[in-house]
Amino acid sequence: MVAVQETIDQVKAIDVDQYKYGFVTDIESELAPKGLNEDIIRFISAKKSEPEWMLEWRLDAFRRWKTMEEPSWARVHYPKIDFEDLHYYAAPKTAEGPKNLDEVDPILLDTYKKLGIPLSEQEILAGIAPEHRIAVDAVFDSVSVATTFKEELAKAGVIFCPISEAIRDYPDLVKQYLGTVVPVTDNFYATLNSAVFSDGSFVYIPKGVRCPMELSTYFRINEQNTGQFERTLIIADEGSYVSYLEGCTAPQRDENQLHAAVVELVALEGAEIKYSTVQNWFPGDAEGKGGIYNFVTKRGDCRGDNSKIAWTQVETGSAITWKYPSCILRGDNSVGEFYSIAISNGYQQVDSGTKMIHLGKNTSSRIISKGISAGRSQNTYRGQVSAHRKAKNARNFTQCDSLLIGDQCGAHTVPYIESKNATAVFEHEATTSKISDDQMFYCLARGLNEEEAVALIVNGFVRDVIQQLPMEFAVEAQKLIGISLEGSVG
Amino acid sequence: MNAEARVQGTQAEQGLIEQFAALKASGESSADILAVREKAFGAFEAAGLPHRRVEDWHYTDLRSKMRTAFPIKEAKSGGVLNIERLNACVFTLENGRLNEALSSFGDLEQGVIVRPMSKALAAQTPEAFGTVATQDDALVNLNTAFMQDGLAIRVKDGVKLTKPIHIIHINSEGESASYPRNLVEIGEGAEAVIVERYVGDNDAAYQINALSEIKVADKGSLIWVKLQQDGEQAQHIGSTAVHLGEEVEFDHFTLNTGSQLSRSQVFVACAGENSKIGCRGVSMLSGKQHSDITLLVDHAVQACESREFYKSVVDDNAHSVFQGKIIVAPHAQKTDGQMMVQSLVLTDDAQVSVKPELEIFADDVQCAHGSTTGDIDEDLLFYLRARGIPEAQARQMLIIAFLSEVIEEIDNERVVTLLEDLVKEWLEAKKG
Amino acid sequence: MLEIKNLHAKVDGNEILRGVNLTVKPGEIHAIMGPNGSGKSTLSYVLSGKEDYEITEGSITYNGEDMLELGPDERAAAGMFLAFQYPIEIPGVATMTFLKTALNAQRKARGLEEMPTPEFMKLVREKAADLNVTPEMLRRPLNVGFSGGEKKRAEILQMSLLEPTLCILDETDSGLDIDALRIVSEGVNKLRSPERSMIVITHYQRLLDHIVPDVVHVLSKGRIVKTGGKELALELEKNGYADFVDEKAA
Repeated sequence: MVAVQETIDQVKAIDVDQYKYGFVTDIESELAPKGLNEDIIRFISAKKSEPEWMLEWRLDAFRRWKTMEEPSWARVHYPKIDFEDLHYYAAPKTAEGPKNLDEVDPILLDTYKKLGIPLSEQEILAGIAPEHRIAVDAVFDSVSVATTFKEELAKAGVIFCPISEAIRDYPDLVKQYLGTVVPVTDNFYATLNSAVFSDGSFVYIPKGVRCPMELSTYFRINEQNTGQFERTLIIADEGSYVSYLEGCTAPQRDENQLHAAVVELVALEGAEIKYSTVQNWFPGDAEGKGGIYNFVTKRGDCRGDNSKIAWTQVETGSAITWKYPSCILRGDNSVGEFYSIAISNGYQQVDSGTKMIHLGKNTSSRIISKGISAGRSQNTYRGQVSAHRKAKNARNFTQCDSLLIGDQCGAHTVPYIESKNATAVFEHEATTSKISDDQMFYCLARGLNEEEAVALIVNGFVRDVIQQLPMEFAVEAQKLIGISLEGSVG
Repeated sequence: MNAEARVQGTQAEQGLIEQFAALKASGESSADILAVREKAFGAFEAAGLPHRRVEDWHYTDLRSKMRTAFPIKEAKSGGVLNIERLNACVFTLENGRLNEALSSFGDLEQGVIVRPMSKALAAQTPEAFGTVATQDDALVNLNTAFMQDGLAIRVKDGVKLTKPIHIIHINSEGESASYPRNLVEIGEGAEAVIVERYVGDNDAAYQINALSEIKVADKGSLIWVKLQQDGEQAQHIGSTAVHLGEEVEFDHFTLNTGSQLSRSQVFVACAGENSKIGCRGVSMLSGKQHSDITLLVDHAVQACESREFYKSVVDDNAHSVFQGKIIVAPHAQKTDGQMMVQSLVLTDDAQVSVKPELEIFADDVQCAHGSTTGDIDEDLLFYLRARGIPEAQARQMLIIAFLSEVIEEIDNERVVTLLEDLVKEWLEAKKG
Repeated sequence: MLEIKNLHAKVDGNEILRGVNLTVKPGEIHAIMGPNGSGKSTLSYVLSGKEDYEITEGSITYNGEDMLELGPDERAAAGMFLAFQYPIEIPGVATMTFLKTALNAQRKARGLEEMPTPEFMKLVREKAADLNVTPEMLRRPLNVGFSGGEKKRAEILQMSLLEPTLCILDETDSGLDIDALRIVSEGVNKLRSPERSMIVITHYQRLLDHIVPDVVHVLSKGRIVKTGGKELALELEKNGYADFVDEKAA
């Protein structure tokens, strides 16, 4: 109930202008010229002092991308993106080259502080128990500006650094795994990302190591007319465990901004990766102007036996979300989970879900999706569950609930269930409903106002998913839900 | 979507183009009907045969599965099938053409008018003709372009038929195609049960593309049963398009056991409030059969209730596809739509693909769907065996029980008995 | 006569039965009691031939026939009957249809003719009335929507109809109120005869007030650790299972 009360307080405290992360950081940036060609790719690669093989990899992706068409199957509508009208690289001038924290531009530190992400280790440590510490990699436009707790992590053998650094310092690991989960030509946006990705996080957890703290990347798009193309690669070696958090915000701008990330997870035998996202990119204004196009490819490969990958996402931002964090259950007995809350309000469009591809024996997966549509938004769950012939005893349970608030929005459910053997057992349930008048009346009769009542009921609706989040994120997510639904009633 | 440039047609598409040119040249159609045919064929030609990149045809790639397009070959089938168990008025089409000698035009109840479609079209096109079926579907368009014959049925206002109408389609010609076309109008407060059955020669490779347009006026009631028992080498495409008035009770049931390749499409549009719709079906597949049931229930107005309930039993190397979509339009408040799809997969070579969709634009609705996929439950099997029932018999019992759950929801005892018998026959035939 | 010798059984790699020895002669009633997790239900499933269990050692013979060679239906035909702790719901199969199919399957296996329908109906109605099973229940799908008590009564109805020679009652008292317990017990007691033996598996003594056993066994950690007369059940009721669990561990 404490969290619920907080949500209510939060809702009360909000001004009309709800997006509190909409400020712009005034910092001088270095931009690549607009447009996309091989020279731009060479420019990005050179900026990162990349080895030749990486440049070749990018160029190969670019050549393939030129032959591809934008996908059109998702239930989202937007004017055609002019890929020549974007900057593919933007970096704060002061952020060039690897830094330790003391050298980070104070303006940037302040930006992250305003976002609620302190980067100074002293600040983080103040009053926090060691097990609740979070190591942060902060990505500002195209570059990583700071990574905290690197030394302490290094003691445990954990590598946590910007991917640009990993390409230079751990080329063998990167070469071995990059593009093996999301192949270069996987889809239009993934191929584009492979060509122009700027920065992102790299994580390697050695055999048998339980990562001593939560790892987190915080993405911020600041510059105008830039695309952000980050690339994250997480490798959990045999018997290891890591919990990783990702947060995203962007300033309030009239134009749409493109965010096309790729996240690859590899879990080897007996390893477990928990990946949580709270996505709160700028969703556009009340008239549906501006906002981020969030076209993201996230996929985990349970490569080893007995491995496990769990995705948890709270999606409240972005004008358009196109995102299907997926699990390839390759290892025998591997487990995939997907927990999602997708809230759309205003003119937001969400087409999100997951894929659970069962390849190994005795693999199991679980999907819990809670979609909430309000305003004039469209919210689609799209999910695939498939069992291949050799996936003996594959199991899936899917629960997919949609809640509509108001009669101007849409909630859609599109599951694809494909079974190719007799021993696979799949169960799928989906419901669509609104907050019942009885529930509302009951809450009002107990003295809550309408908005409080909605926040309360919605928090109950999404409870199963919130419980999957690490504690700090859970509280944040609950607040966010209240904020996102601001103005949806009455 | 997928508006790719169509450089050159497949062999089947080429064949259809040639056949259509020949049909035009034959001069058999009146100018009005020819115009209707040409418009439909134009639309078909622009899109071509649907393929896997067309979302609605993802699991049934007709472009690759339909290699050639056979021509229409009208011929007598040479035999009357003794398949009457319904005590119905029977009408028989052979290779797409109505055989009046095998049809009970003289034996009709008061208040129902049945005419051969070919005659109805030659005289004056019925008003409702072509108004129910979508013009966006390639296979519907193909039927309209090539339609041969069928029935135009009208049950007058307030007339409650006591006997079912049974339309039997027999196909016997190898390498032939047929395009039956029906139009059924149920008047205000009228009631009818109509069974359409597709049977054919197991040795004949034929293609059938049937379309029934159905209109049920306010307070009307219709049970429509489709028995797809086409021959083993057949390719069956069948579409049923339905338009419902207010306070209608409409039940559609598909029994799917025939054909090498089949696609049964059901499009239901609720145009009046407070109607009750039931769409149900069972598929029993074996060998290398590929069967696709695609269903669209469009709640365009408020306060209708729909139940969609489909089951399939998939043996050997067969592939069962189900796509079902419930659409709730903006302002279609108080809609209640519940869809359930259950599949029994009996072997590791069998395949099931299920896509139960909800597309909802109104908030005050109760909509849900569920799906289960798996083999026969081992606990149920053990329980039966522990009571002394041998395994093979226990499996049969459980398959019958599984399918009966859907069949028993039909509110017509004769139809239920017929369907249950057909399930048992299928199981017996499989055993032998 | 049932003879279980040194029976070891595993499920999912865990050994649940670790050398059970038990002999039940015709006409005898044996109660098997034990704490949760002692292997009681496993024993009942293994006896009736559920496939999830792997028999690693030992034997089960019934009237000289090796039961481990037989499937569940063949064991039923040989005269064994398991009254399930949790009777399975089978949607789509009317209870009446099920009873008839089971009875005739067993008759067929024993080389008897199918029972004519009128005779069968009469028999079911009589037995059903004794157990307070209504005609309405018989029309419903098997066990679907039955209350806990209705399910157990339906189990005993099946037992009385199929006339097994060895009845295994797995926690038949669980989920029953006192009236239902009485009806079920009376049903069972009616079936007592010099030719018919029973194994009554239960956690609590109260069932044994109604169905009085000749022998009581205590099962703990997969073995029978104590055997006695019906007074042993009372002793257990008073002192609990702790003594036996500890004794075994010591």
